[in-house]
Amino acid sequence: MIKHFMNFEWKQFFRSSYWQKSIAINILMVFFALYFILVFLALGFGLYPILKKQFPDSDPLIMVNGFLFYWFLGDLVMRFFLQKLPVMNIKPLLILPIKRSKIVHYVLGKSMISFFNFLPLFAVIPFGTILISEDYNTTTILVWMLLMVVFTLIVNFLNFIIESKSAETELSFLPIIAITSGLFALNYFEIVSISGLLANAVNSITENPILLLIPFGFLALLYFVNYSILRPKLYVDGSLKAKAQIATTSDLAWTRRFGDIAPFLQLDLKLIWRNKRPRSTIFILVIGLLYGLAFYPNPVYKEMVPMFIFVGIFVTGIFMINFGQFIPAWDSGYYKLLMSQNIKYKQYLNSKFSLMLMSAILMFILSIPYVYFGWKILVIHFAAMIYNIGVNSHVLLFGGSFNRKKIDLTQRAAFNYQGTGAVQWLIGFPLLLFPIIFFYIPYKFIGFEAGIATLIILGGIGIVFHQKLMDGITKRYLKSKHKMISAFDQSN
Amino acid sequence: MIQATELSKKYGGVTVLNIEALEIPKGQTFGLVGNNGAGKTTFFNLILDLINPTTGSVINNNIQVNKSEDWKPFTAAFIDESFLIGYLTPEEYFYFIGELRGMNKADIDTFLAQFSEIFNDEIIGKKKYLRDLSKGNQKKAGIVAALIGNPEVVVLDEPFANLDPTTQIRLKKLLSNLTKDSNSTVLISSHDLGHVTEVCERIVVLDKGVVVKDLKTSEETLKELEAYFSV
Repeated sequence: MIKHFMNFEWKQFFRSSYWQKSIAINILMVFFALYFILVFLALGFGLYPILKKQFPDSDPLIMVNGFLFYWFLGDLVMRFFLQKLPVMNIKPLLILPIKRSKIVHYVLGKSMISFFNFLPLFAVIPFGTILISEDYNTTTILVWMLLMVVFTLIVNFLNFIIESKSAETELSFLPIIAITSGLFALNYFEIVSISGLLANAVNSITENPILLLIPFGFLALLYFVNYSILRPKLYVDGSLKAKAQIATTSDLAWTRRFGDIAPFLQLDLKLIWRNKRPRSTIFILVIGLLYGLAFYPNPVYKEMVPMFIFVGIFVTGIFMINFGQFIPAWDSGYYKLLMSQNIKYKQYLNSKFSLMLMSAILMFILSIPYVYFGWKILVIHFAAMIYNIGVNSHVLLFGGSFNRKKIDLTQRAAFNYQGTGAVQWLIGFPLLLFPIIFFYIPYKFIGFEAGIATLIILGGIGIVFHQKLMDGITKRYLKSKHKMISAFDQSN
Repeated sequence: MIQATELSKKYGGVTVLNIEALEIPKGQTFGLVGNNGAGKTTFFNLILDLINPTTGSVINNNIQVNKSEDWKPFTAAFIDESFLIGYLTPEEYFYFIGELRGMNKADIDTFLAQFSEIFNDEIIGKKKYLRDLSKGNQKKAGIVAALIGNPEVVVLDEPFANLDPTTQIRLKKLLSNLTKDSNSTVLISSHDLGHVTEVCERIVVLDKGVVVKDLKTSEETLKELEAYFSV
């Protein structure tokens, strides 16, 4: 049976249009994976010499054990956002003569061979080998390495429990943030020294291998909890069917002021508020707004004014870039309706433009307090806003006409690459890079004011020729209409 | 009202639709039947300019549909669930479509009142998003939305599928009245020979993309169709 499951997985992966179409994403993922492997290898090989050099009096193994707590905490948070329980298409299997427990065991077993569980090995094995070669007790180190694997698996299964519990709440990432920051705070303020406790536990286990039974027992317990969470969900009215939300209606009467684009504006606002994926663009707004704090107070960047342009474009344009690059894929689920309804393409696009325009202005206003770090920053943000409105918004709309990727609105957002294509990556860079270049050249040769003026003039040109630009963009969309319809019609 | 000339659609060398000439006059209830893969949905998609024809053209009220968008104000359709906006409530969806067709909320409310029988208290005021409705209720909402604003051409793909028996009967009545009262041209496709013969004045049978029968509905039509399909 397992053989069949594996076979299905293989076919599902290679026959999905996702794989066949987005080689670029896969290359990118492989690149990330290689990068992390290298980082962990470097850590594994470098840790011992570095610790020995910096703290010649301490035992490197004991020191590493002291840091394990932070490692696991970080691992847990990372997994929560990146790793999902490898669900298989269960529905067709339910009525076949397969034991339900077998399906659950298979799903849980498969989660163990995740990349996330192998990653630590790239650090643990070199580090352990070096320790053995440095005359540590071989049994102790082997037990320690085994223990690390068990801990990794514990984090693996703990994460799925947290995920399944928090999936039921609205702000799905709040529980994990609360749990990890709670643990961190308990430890940091030395209310309970968890890192110390964990270090002691690890130390005593490595000295007393029989104690390994405790982490193994804990792992088995977590496995069992996962099993008992999943097992009752294998019914079509269980997890396989999404829960119906209570609808909240709002008539958004204030949008009437915007004339003939009002219905689309209402639709977009509801789109953003009522679906998980676009709703997260709102939370990203907050992150974008706080982004400046990473740069402005830091004296290192004091003289790097072009860097501030980057921050300015980012702060005033974060919503624009996040939302804009998936136009019109947000509407991919009902694109056929829009295309056969009494809609002028230009109105539809104008509504998207207005939304981006409003977000840029709003973000500029909200970022005014940054003037605390100098009036220049306010000027930069203003110029960046004008540039975003005049240039970037039109570039994004234009880029959207090349969009061929459907978005399933109900999916989660962070690191969800659904709907991203090579075009999105290509379009992201110039949005941030070009304004820096446009600013830098006059800034270098003439001065700060000239750089700012260039950005404002470029943005101004875009705003003045807005109608003309929109006509051109509309033509592009009309031209690729049928291609988009057929692309959005395919499920991923 | 609708003319298709030399209309064909090929996918990778396979012809899925090939209609030499077909004219649907104004005010006709037109039924399209055929087995799976006969090209019914392809034909409707071509009428709505959702796919590009390989050859030929569709003319809707003197407007060639892939050249101009001016057919949209008087044409409405419900092909499948992708015509619904899942995150809206049915009311919001009706208001949105209404707005696109120049009707305000009050107009829509009066319009919807006549469908209370069909809705059977399961659609309006239920505080549910369209994506959470059952397939049948989604279909009801889609069909009713396609009737908003008295369109001159209404295209419905398999309107009877997924509906409960009571609604099927009510829908038949509704569609017959539509052509009588407002002189709309109604195009429907169906696998249920009984329903189409009851509702449609004219029935065209497609087989592998080709028109094989073009019948004016009479007493014998149902028998003839049954004979044709019982091979």
